[in-house]
Amino acid sequence: MPNENTLSRRGLFMKLGILFNGLVAAALGVPILGFLLSSVTRGRANAYLSWVPLGPVSEFPEGETRLATFRNPNVMPTDGKTVDTACWVRRVEGEQFQVFAVNCAHLGCPVRWFPQSGLFMCPCHGGAYYRDGSRASGPPERGLFEYATKVQDGLVTIQAGELPTPGASAALVGKKPPCA
Amino acid sequence: MRLIAQIGEWFDRRLQLAAPIREAAEHPVPRNTASWFYVFGSAALVVFLLQLVTGILLAMIYVPSAGEAWSSLQTLNHDVTLGWFIRALHGWGSNFMIAIVLIHMVQVFLFGAYKFPRELTWIIGVFLLLMTLGMAFSGQVLRFDQDAYWGLGIGASIASHVPIIGPAAVKLMLGGPIIAGATLSRFFALHVFVIPGMLIGFVCLHVLMVLKLGINEWPMPGRLVKRATYTSEYHELTKKDGAPFVPYAIWKDMFFAAFILVAVAACAVYFGPFGPTGRPDPTIIQTAPKPDYFFLWLYGLLSYLPPSMETPALLIGPVVVIAFLVLLPFLSGEGEKSWRRRPIAVLTVLLIAVILGTLTHLAGYTPWSPHMNAWSGDPVPAQFLRGTTALERQGALVFQVKQCRNCHSLGDKGGLRGPALDSVAVRLTEDQLIRQVIQGGGNMPAYGKNLSPAETTALVAFLETLHPAGQAPARDASRDTVLREDQEGRPSTQP
Repeated sequence: MPNENTLSRRGLFMKLGILFNGLVAAALGVPILGFLLSSVTRGRANAYLSWVPLGPVSEFPEGETRLATFRNPNVMPTDGKTVDTACWVRRVEGEQFQVFAVNCAHLGCPVRWFPQSGLFMCPCHGGAYYRDGSRASGPPERGLFEYATKVQDGLVTIQAGELPTPGASAALVGKKPPCA
Repeated sequence: MRLIAQIGEWFDRRLQLAAPIREAAEHPVPRNTASWFYVFGSAALVVFLLQLVTGILLAMIYVPSAGEAWSSLQTLNHDVTLGWFIRALHGWGSNFMIAIVLIHMVQVFLFGAYKFPRELTWIIGVFLLLMTLGMAFSGQVLRFDQDAYWGLGIGASIASHVPIIGPAAVKLMLGGPIIAGATLSRFFALHVFVIPGMLIGFVCLHVLMVLKLGINEWPMPGRLVKRATYTSEYHELTKKDGAPFVPYAIWKDMFFAAFILVAVAACAVYFGPFGPTGRPDPTIIQTAPKPDYFFLWLYGLLSYLPPSMETPALLIGPVVVIAFLVLLPFLSGEGEKSWRRRPIAVLTVLLIAVILGTLTHLAGYTPWSPHMNAWSGDPVPAQFLRGTTALERQGALVFQVKQCRNCHSLGDKGGLRGPALDSVAVRLTEDQLIRQVIQGGGNMPAYGKNLSPAETTALVAFLETLHPAGQAPARDASRDTVLREDQEGRPSTQP
């Protein structure tokens, strides 16, 4: 029996088999990775953001800060109540608005507004912010997250759609802490 | 009887498992390892099995959908027969599992069991600990309530700190731009498929290595581990002073495991299931989210990190800790095993225990958080108002209305964020009080824009009355001099 010949043939098939499986794995890996990372790749270039109305200007008295809620522009049928989001709307004067995310710039807990002392306070780790959103005290590194705002057809409108987090979030401008 | 033996033989002819199982059960262990100190590993395994069983039962009712998870938990708690008990077993089993895994780890560390040749057993144990914590966190997410919702926000905020890929990491974690249906579903996949699958695999490896390498012998002070001689010394020991694991040592494991199961069941019956707390509705912001017990220390630590330290501590801290744990058997793979001769090891364990215990205790009552309702809810104690003037009482009103009380306590009531003000007049003079109120500082917001001059005057007048009866308020000596000079009519030195 020409053993050497048959062995090398088997060896070749073995190697070809490994190669074939590797190619198939790589080919299948592309769609699998594409699926896994879809929430990241879709979000490029602010694809998640759109303009959302909060309500007529007249609902927000001048000089006051009020809680408003809006529905997130990206909704899936299984989302339930989680797509309803709250935000703090401050009407500075006239049509000049500041809209803050409720999420504390420290770790995202919901901050509450205290009109008497003009402060936002966070229940988690005690972050506090002034009425214009700038940092007052506590662990946050920066001021409250602020949505891009405009008044359109008499409606206060914000650009929203992403959970604001302390890491860079392109659409959200934040107040740096005042000079120490 | 003969029939049973025949059936048994029929199966073993095909499975061929009887011999290896008997060999594993009867492998000799050093006699002094049949100890109550050596029962935690098997107890952790038994609680893990309890978690598998109760987890499968819960999955029969639970709906992993952001819209329905919360109500399916209510159904489990109130409508399904004994649903509350299975939830409680799973919740308490989780707490017991973390506790036992930690105790097991401390025991193994103090008994030097991570040294040669059991380095890999220890390293896999470190991964098992991380996976157990991963199960605890993802399990808390599946209890889809307010704490879970905002806890995810905290997780996302921490993930966003990673340089460059931070925002991408957040979207990967949440499965989209916000915490919503996709978030819950992927944590369900992690909690039910991914992590348990890895846990089962790693637990098998972990146990297999304990069987192959033998249980760590009871450490004797002065008996040093040397790579060249350890294996033969260990075999000598098991030959000379060994006994079969079954039944010589295993009865203690069995007793302890049963005791732990009874304890889990007792806690489940007595305390009941965990939550769920309020609905996961992000428009309800009157909530103070808190993590589960074994993450409270982290919650506490996050409030004490200064802003500049936060990113490095969050990103580098875990890497350093995990790297240290993984490298430990390579840093001290030989030498002394006994805790009696390893004072630094013992002190390290004590120090870590004290730090984690203190942070957990503090996170129980969060002294760093303002008391959101103190200004409207806590009365000003009568002793601070007795005999005060109208101006001072006006100041007490300002003190309450401007929410000072949310951070400062009077008579042990109110926030603990700032110092208690019961005797603030002894510490600060009038001028210093005015400056502190208006400009803030030392982690206090500035109130200059929120107080009229009249309000500031009244507030400071009230604060000036806050001193113990026998102790005079702080005074600025230079002010006395100026006042005296004015009274005596001397011309000022200034032109």
